[in-house]
Amino acid sequence: MSEYNFAYLDEQTKRMIRRAILKGLAIPGYQVPFASREMPMPYGWGTGGVQVSAATLTPDDTFKVIDQGADDTTNAVSIRKFFEKTGGVAVTERTAEATVIQTRHRIPEEPLKEGQVLVYQVPIPEPLRFLEPSEVETRKMHALEEYGLMHVKLYEDISRHGHISTAYAYPVKVEGRYVMDPSPIPKFDNPKMEMAAIQLFGAGREQRIYALPPHTQVVSLDFEDHPFDPSKAAHPCDMCGAGDSYLDEVIVDDRGGRMFVCSDTDYCRARREAGHRGRLAAEEMA
Amino acid sequence: MKDLGVMQPLLRVEGLSRSYGSRIGCADVSFDLWPGEVMGIVGESGSGKTTLLNCLAGQLEPDGGAVLFDQGGVLVDTVTMPEPQRRRLGRTDWAFVHQHAHQGLRMNVSAGGNVGERLMAVGARHYGDIRDQALDWLGRVEIAGDRIDDRPSAFSGGMRQRLQIARNLVTGPRLVFMDEPTGGLDVSVQARLLDLLRGLVREMGLSAVIVTHDLAVVRLLADRLMVMKDGHVVETGLTDQVLDDPQHGYTQLLVSSVLQV
Amino acid sequence: MMIRIENLSKTFTLHNQGGAVIPVMEGAELTVEKGECVALTGASGAGKSTLMRMIYGNYLAASGHIRVGGTDVAAADPREILQLRREVLGYVSQFLRVVPRVPVLDVVAEPLRTVGVPGERARRRAEELLRRLNVPETLWTLSPTTFSGGEQQRVNIARGFAHDYPALLLDEPTASLDARNRDVVLSLIEEAKARGAAIVGIFHDEAARDRVCDRVVDVTGFSPARAA
Repeated sequence: MSEYNFAYLDEQTKRMIRRAILKGLAIPGYQVPFASREMPMPYGWGTGGVQVSAATLTPDDTFKVIDQGADDTTNAVSIRKFFEKTGGVAVTERTAEATVIQTRHRIPEEPLKEGQVLVYQVPIPEPLRFLEPSEVETRKMHALEEYGLMHVKLYEDISRHGHISTAYAYPVKVEGRYVMDPSPIPKFDNPKMEMAAIQLFGAGREQRIYALPPHTQVVSLDFEDHPFDPSKAAHPCDMCGAGDSYLDEVIVDDRGGRMFVCSDTDYCRARREAGHRGRLAAEEMA
Repeated sequence: MKDLGVMQPLLRVEGLSRSYGSRIGCADVSFDLWPGEVMGIVGESGSGKTTLLNCLAGQLEPDGGAVLFDQGGVLVDTVTMPEPQRRRLGRTDWAFVHQHAHQGLRMNVSAGGNVGERLMAVGARHYGDIRDQALDWLGRVEIAGDRIDDRPSAFSGGMRQRLQIARNLVTGPRLVFMDEPTGGLDVSVQARLLDLLRGLVREMGLSAVIVTHDLAVVRLLADRLMVMKDGHVVETGLTDQVLDDPQHGYTQLLVSSVLQV
Repeated sequence: MMIRIENLSKTFTLHNQGGAVIPVMEGAELTVEKGECVALTGASGAGKSTLMRMIYGNYLAASGHIRVGGTDVAAADPREILQLRREVLGYVSQFLRVVPRVPVLDVVAEPLRTVGVPGERARRRAEELLRRLNVPETLWTLSPTTFSGGEQQRVNIARGFAHDYPALLLDEPTASLDARNRDVVLSLIEEAKARGAAIVGIFHDEAARDRVCDRVVDVTGFSPARAA
């Protein structure tokens, strides 16, 4: 423990990151540049989220990490262990008990409360990057609210697939001002972004931090004749029977058998503990 | 005749200058462009015509001078206006047709998306309407409707240039800047493009400033001509008058240097 | 009167040949009343075409006045001349200069479209003129760039007479036409005079000149006195 400063990063760096976070909170959806540090893990493993978490955590916090909704994947486990080791913070898999939740690609099903902080890992923070390669130009577009290009992307979707096929990293407009990439969460999660908790977004390789204060308006972009549709697979969870959760499709044999389960492992577990059962839960219990 | 006196120019340029260090780009250029007029700027490479065009279109900051554009009956200086306003002009009242279509198109976006972008940029949010307008414009520039979902990378040079024109004109601009619009195209493709441009200019009552070194192009497209040499305007006048009865030595040289046009 | 030329002179300065100044016209005077047709005569090179081009604003005057309607072409801005050409002053040259690929009907209708005549009406007028001038209907949708000299000349005349210009300049309008079409062109000129058009023309065809022209002006009289 003594080999590390609390939560690995030195205090100077954490102050720098906190300033970026505060600026991000003050200007919801605006991408604040920050001097991203080398972390003891490769880019793409959540170095942005980890730095934001490091600057956010206090010794009293309870930390939870999810990767695609699951607490038990390699990535989630190693980040959780990293802060357990370098910060000595309490960890949990229960959404309601956590004060800081770092996530990759999901928002927990259970509504977050005031006082909680959700930290997103972001690969490409610039929603306009898909069509405009110039950073100078995209910055200008944000500054001048020139967002026509964002709809060009959605137009291309419809012209190619007959509907808006963007299913994750679905662009949103924040408080009627900045267009923001919500990180690669499924569009199903987009409506949840208007929440009571603080949301922080960290992109390590791209060196950007942005944020949403509690109860910020977040609107998913769409067309009048192709309205935003946060749909999901039309199944209940085969384990806990939940009909309102985002599901992973799991192939269970080599004969085309498959099952749908909650991607949020904590949500699914909590429901099963409360006695809910899905189509295939009995065999698993047996 | 209609009384010309009550009309106001669409564009008034006053003493426009731009240098690159000690080298002159363009110096002290002044002219009025009237609604519905097409003005050609000719001169050899390095004469400053492209610098001038870029200064006019707000793509390059001039060192001095004014570019006044009619906004609801008032001439407003676009050089000193706030950038958001100037960029807005660039998406609405102004259009810019580049010599190389790839500079003016998004090559990784479908033809329909390219045409629709300006509509979406000014707030269109109905996919069906945007697509209908894109189809209409593809037809007007003689691109088959079934190519609407193809990317410009699959188009020929002439088609790309026509697509660029559709993309620019879809929001009904009042003033179009063109930089060598027929440059690099086959002669037969050029003719088709010239015909198209002339028709559009008349139908839409467009004003245009066309930079080219091709005197045949200005003969067919431009009402008026401005001849540039070493950054200075050496002669102006009616296109046919400047070409048939050039007054300045340089213009005489220019006209006599080309095959009969 | 419709056209009045006063004390008009023209020089060419050849900057690339030692700045040689060549005077080609001096003290030209001409008036043409409404409904009148005046023929310019004089030997080849005497300045008939030069005078016509100056009236049209194609050549710049060195000094003097060229009043057409209410405009002094010698002093007018380009846009005033452009408007004059659109609305008042027509010109049938010997050469057809058009954008390749544009069909005959559109070429002929263009002067009408330019002054705001609706497409259908302009088209009907173009068809009527082409029919009178015996341009076969099968050619109407083709570009005239590939036509024979006589066909091009008739397209050019149809175009020049599409809009009822109050003033007209005609450069050899009957050259390279057969008797039948020559007669049609002369009738068109007579009709234009009857509606009050002032016409200046160059006619090498003496019979044609005698039929439509009220007066003859020899431009040799406008040649500058040869400086010693």
